[in-house]
Amino acid sequence: MAKKFKNKTLAWLDYRLPIFSVLREALVDHPTPRNLNYWWNFGSLAGIILVIMIVSGLLLSMHYVAHVDLAFDSVEHIMRDVNYGWLIRYIHSVGASMFFLIVYIHISRGLYYGSYKSPREVLWWLGIIIFLLMIAAAFLGYTLPWGQMSFWGATVITNLFSAIPLVGDSIVTWLWGGFSVDNPTLNRFYSLHFLIPFIIVGVVFLHIVALHKFGSNNPTGIDLTLKQEKIPFHPYYTIKDFFGFGVFFIIFGIFIFFLPNSLGHPVNYIPADPLVTPEHIVPEWYFLPFYAILRAIPFKLLGVLAMLGSILILFVLPWLDTCKVRSCRFRPIYKQFYWIFIFNFIVLGWVGSKVPEGHYLIISRICTAYYFVHFLIILPVLGMFEKTLPVPLNIFKNPRVKKKYK
Amino acid sequence: MINKNKIFKLKKDRRSFLKLTTTSMATIGSAFAVWPFIDSMNPSADVLALGIKEFDLSNIEEGFSKTFKWRGKPIFIKHRTKQEINEARKVNLSKLKDPQKDEDRVIKPEWLIVVGVCSHLGCIPLGQKKSDTRGDFNGWFCPCHGSHYDTSGRVRKGPAPKNLKVPKYKFINENKIKIG
Repeated sequence: MAKKFKNKTLAWLDYRLPIFSVLREALVDHPTPRNLNYWWNFGSLAGIILVIMIVSGLLLSMHYVAHVDLAFDSVEHIMRDVNYGWLIRYIHSVGASMFFLIVYIHISRGLYYGSYKSPREVLWWLGIIIFLLMIAAAFLGYTLPWGQMSFWGATVITNLFSAIPLVGDSIVTWLWGGFSVDNPTLNRFYSLHFLIPFIIVGVVFLHIVALHKFGSNNPTGIDLTLKQEKIPFHPYYTIKDFFGFGVFFIIFGIFIFFLPNSLGHPVNYIPADPLVTPEHIVPEWYFLPFYAILRAIPFKLLGVLAMLGSILILFVLPWLDTCKVRSCRFRPIYKQFYWIFIFNFIVLGWVGSKVPEGHYLIISRICTAYYFVHFLIILPVLGMFEKTLPVPLNIFKNPRVKKKYK
Repeated sequence: MINKNKIFKLKKDRRSFLKLTTTSMATIGSAFAVWPFIDSMNPSADVLALGIKEFDLSNIEEGFSKTFKWRGKPIFIKHRTKQEINEARKVNLSKLKDPQKDEDRVIKPEWLIVVGVCSHLGCIPLGQKKSDTRGDFNGWFCPCHGSHYDTSGRVRKGPAPKNLKVPKYKFINENKIKIG
């Protein structure tokens, strides 16, 4: 690590403040598995979209006014009067969707290849913490335009806390700073929405520190011990990540320029009205699976607990999955359950967008039950009974790696 | 061996060419992407729309001035007396810090219209009210760092480097001007 820099000024500075050698270690020399596939691009993609969200958000904050009488109009002011305001706002709103899409894929990658297993449990935890912070930031941010969906979304979600026995109502009043969602609520939501991204940056930093301790997992899921199994991060993975950025920016651009409102709800272009609830309240698409779990259970407190539990259960996943083999490649039965789980999650999202009545309610209950069965029963039991395929000693013995690497 | 080296060199050249083109494309692309973010901090359409304003001159008597607000700044409109006009016109241009003829600073000699912001560090010079001190040249005096302006709004003394700015304006009719 203590490599000397050719540039004398740099060497002098680095000797006293070793950020350059730390950065070089992390972004240039860091030995990375040579067999990573494109699913490993989503970490860096999440990083770039976080930066884009912070920059676009910062510029929006220069024009936005957090006041119940002015918030909606200030957003329209951004859309019509501010130079490229429409672009920056669409980057920010579509960006939120893209951020969740990327992170969902990133988490799914971890689930498929067993990236959460020892010794990467803390890395996994930090990831879940980032996910929870993202949920908070997205919810708070959605309130700010002060449209109908903003207002009633804020009302419904803050009312979740009223499910807490005894102190629930006092907590909700405290959250609101009043007796309903109103100006004090909007002000604090804006303040917190500004704060959370920087907390995310901090946790991302820890996430990367934890990642670099043992290095990336890889598609085979085995621990890499040979020197030849790894390649320096730069230029091999920098260029691959940049290529990923390019592909992502195309998709991002299509949404920003051609389908900017396709992921949102038109109702939110009606200014907030505390006296009229819109006919059909639904969160943004990325919350739908959890929303479905909330509604599947007919008891208030239990519903809230189930929804929270569906995310918090991920914290104990490294111990619920008792199988020592990480990657799905060598777990033929788990692989099938994995895809059933993914399908189940998508179905949850789909019923989450429907009115919870009739067969939609039945489907949402089945899917909710299965969600928990997957973690609490299938995973522990599979670890005991599944016959895994022979795991190679190194990545070169993996039949999927082409011969030329030898 | 020589052959091998040649291939190596070719590959190296090709790689550095690709590196150069990729990096330059990425740089140009990022520059384009950054522009909307920078431009968003420029005046927005509603601010620019406030940039054009009409002012009525009919109730400013000879020898008096009035201050209006335009783009957040004071506009000094001075109805000059014959004496003030003469004072402004007989000055030897070579004595001025920022030489400019009085004729070039007005459309009608009796109406002097300037932006009332001192060219030193942006304070508003005194001299609009009859009771104000007007400096050594009977025009305006900036209280911040002591710049003196004459009856044509030209700097004559003090740290200010430039004359008071004349905004773009035109007479719509006898008694009305449009600034912006």
